[in-house]
Amino acid sequence: MKCKGKAVKYGDNVDTDVIIPARYLNTSDPRELAAHCMEDIDKSFHSKIAEGDIMVGGENFGCGSSREHAPIAIKASGISLVIAKSFARIFYRNAINIGLAIVECSEAAQAIEEGHEVSADLDEGVITDLTTGKSFKTEPFPAFIQNIISAGGLVNAAKSGIIA
Amino acid sequence: MPMTMSQKILAAHAGLESVEAGQLILCKLDRIHGNDITSPVAIREFKKMGFEKVANPQNVTLIMDHFVPNKDIKAAQQCKCCREFANEQELESFYDVGRMGIEHALIPEEGLVVTGDVAIGADSHTCTYGALGAFSTGVGSTDMAFGMATGKAWFKVPSALKFVLTGALPKYVSGKDLILHIIGMIGVDGARYKSMEFTGPGAHSLSMPDRLTVCNMAIEAGAKNGIFEVDDVTLAYEKEHAKREIRVFKADEDAEYDAVYEIDLSKLRPTVAFPHLPENTKTIDECGDVKIDQVVIGSCTNGLFKDMHDADEILKGRKVAKNVRAIIIPATQDIYLKCLEAGFIRDFIEAGCVVSTPTCGPCLGGYMGILAEGERCVSTTNRNFVGRMGHVQSEVYLASPATAAASAVLGRIASAQEVMR
Repeated sequence: MKCKGKAVKYGDNVDTDVIIPARYLNTSDPRELAAHCMEDIDKSFHSKIAEGDIMVGGENFGCGSSREHAPIAIKASGISLVIAKSFARIFYRNAINIGLAIVECSEAAQAIEEGHEVSADLDEGVITDLTTGKSFKTEPFPAFIQNIISAGGLVNAAKSGIIA
Repeated sequence: MPMTMSQKILAAHAGLESVEAGQLILCKLDRIHGNDITSPVAIREFKKMGFEKVANPQNVTLIMDHFVPNKDIKAAQQCKCCREFANEQELESFYDVGRMGIEHALIPEEGLVVTGDVAIGADSHTCTYGALGAFSTGVGSTDMAFGMATGKAWFKVPSALKFVLTGALPKYVSGKDLILHIIGMIGVDGARYKSMEFTGPGAHSLSMPDRLTVCNMAIEAGAKNGIFEVDDVTLAYEKEHAKREIRVFKADEDAEYDAVYEIDLSKLRPTVAFPHLPENTKTIDECGDVKIDQVVIGSCTNGLFKDMHDADEILKGRKVAKNVRAIIIPATQDIYLKCLEAGFIRDFIEAGCVVSTPTCGPCLGGYMGILAEGERCVSTTNRNFVGRMGHVQSEVYLASPATAAASAVLGRIASAQEVMR
């Protein structure tokens, strides 16, 4: 998987309540959820991102609730990849299950600044900050998880009998 | 390879002799559940997968608890979607208004998850049932859909932190103070991806409601699950609630842990988590003068009968302070009824509290107690993130039912001891 975009950066412990506040959970429509994504910590989120941009977070990204609405809102906002120092576990599996690309890379998450141009090749395991020219190595996913991602999420993996 | 308690339960459900941390396994599930927020997404995914029937209608549970009684038209649509699915799939356990309770209080009460089970729920506080000696963990809606369709879920086998508890809790100190103390100690990601296993004489001294509260907030330390060693307290609880055979698993003596913590319960003080993370804890002695506007006593963390009893001890014969709204929410219909019979509801109302039908409402800023700009709430709930209970400039302070009730009476963060002396 390859992607390229501008970085939008947040700190540690970005929780699912700020990714998508619970007052909007009376719907599961991805576009409606995307409209309120990040609004409690960053009112300018939508005005500064474009399709394909990359979100960068600190430690424990996506902590809190199990709401799948959180990765859905990020994905439907047009974000192509989330890079973080670490992810909360339920968010991590939800992202894999719905096909939102995520990668844990402390060095990249530390070094990349808001607004930098970033490219990532997850098959090769390389993230590059095109603004500074620095590259970072990432760990590949275990084969089992890679199969789910390659199938396009758990639904397709189940459909095609990759896991059952 | 010696195994932790959680690993033993997972191995048994994966049909394996043994498992080790980091291994990816497919497990048979004893219970899959969702609520009115997460189930509609799961139902959509289930249909997208092309499945027509759930694998086992007897072990899929839907509980309407977050935005019910329906707070608005969209919430009503979501419940309707769940109701239609439950009827179409002939689910044995569908809990709607009038029969429902907050899921993590209702599921143990109804015996839907029992000792030795592996259970997933599309709600992060599904880790609660570790109190029963079960492996339970929160997942998203797609995992729930896959679980409903196949009766299985994939897991990465967790390593574990061991908490050896000694001593006994002092008066007015509860399981909530213990888990807030632990989160303050290890941080909101201190147990990320791991199990938190509780053992030792102090663990055995804790009541089942206190254990449920401790395991409920394991997720607030980032844990995959929290779990208590099975003992007489567990067996007595299950004798009353379990409708299936239970299975008792015990950690191997020589199981390996990433870290071992010893905690003397007799040294704990009432503990409060300040905004905006559950790890920002202070003992009651360090809180200072924090004026408050609202108190919430309830939720999946602290809406049990014992919690209501703790609150009643403080509120009976006293008055909620001027300019404070106190909202009390017994977690299930059965607990509500028991509170009524015990006279708590009268005590609460005479004190100036409002008593609500079971709902998750205020905990996640849904409805039934939303905060305005600049307002502060002492709450027995589980999260105090930015905007969690309302306006982004509002503040939530997490505390036990005794501390919350005392704070309601004095209009500021206060200990039960101060009110009762």
